[in-house]
Amino acid sequence: MKHLYKILSVVLILYTIVWGLLNPVPRLDILNETIRNVYYHVPIWFAMLFQMGLSLFYSIKSLGTQALLNDAKAQTSAETGLFFAIPGILTGSIWARYTWGTFWTFQDPKLNGVAIGILIYLAYFILRSSITDEIKRTRIAAVYNIFAFVMLNVFIMILPRLTDSLHPGNGGNPAFGKYDLDSNMRLVFYPACVGWILFSYWIFEVKTRFIHLKKLNDEE
Amino acid sequence: MKSKCWLLLLFLSGLVTFTNAQTPPPEMADVFRADGKIYVVIAVMALVFISLVILLLIIERRLKKLENKFNK
Repeated sequence: MKHLYKILSVVLILYTIVWGLLNPVPRLDILNETIRNVYYHVPIWFAMLFQMGLSLFYSIKSLGTQALLNDAKAQTSAETGLFFAIPGILTGSIWARYTWGTFWTFQDPKLNGVAIGILIYLAYFILRSSITDEIKRTRIAAVYNIFAFVMLNVFIMILPRLTDSLHPGNGGNPAFGKYDLDSNMRLVFYPACVGWILFSYWIFEVKTRFIHLKKLNDEE
Repeated sequence: MKSKCWLLLLFLSGLVTFTNAQTPPPEMADVFRADGKIYVVIAVMALVFISLVILLLIIERRLKKLENKFNK
């Protein structure tokens, strides 16, 4: 029963690989077939956001009981989230090259926001590694992580909606409204999001167990 | 009068071809699908993903072995 979510994530992602390429999609100019990237590029960002949320959750927990254990989990989930941000940026860059005409544009607030967000989380790891005292590190890192999550959401969720953006669902209108996704695409898109979020949790779990083992090994 | 009629006809035919040229249907990978080769891509993508999952499973098994060793 413990492994059910892993099986579910693999089944869901395999389903999106197969049906994501076969199902009919809206015929749109410029986008053409690349509209299918929605099934693969966007869920990776959702997995990243989920991991950062998990990191926030464990950071808050680490301020209470079992500080060290929860702190290790907060660090692992932030690492996993950052790991997902890399393919997220790279896939987005390729997609942008063939639809917007450039790998990276500074006109788009979401691209800049996500770059700043990644820097904020890199600073989190630098902050962690610069403090040797464990208890002190736990507390400072936790407080910084709360700040980092808020800033990440400001930069990728709020600011792009206030100005014009090349991303759909920005510049006022809600994302994935009825104009962006038709019901055929929802059929693949939502399972893809759930699948990748579960898959990211799997990676998080494996990493956590590894860190736990490392700690046991260091104590001996 | 006749030349004017011809001019009008020419203009209209030009308009028709112009509007036709303006709205070609968006290009999709229809030929690619008609050839049936899209299944090859799906197979490759699925294989890549499955190999990653197998890697994760192998790592997990090794972790479990180590965990058992430490817990003894």
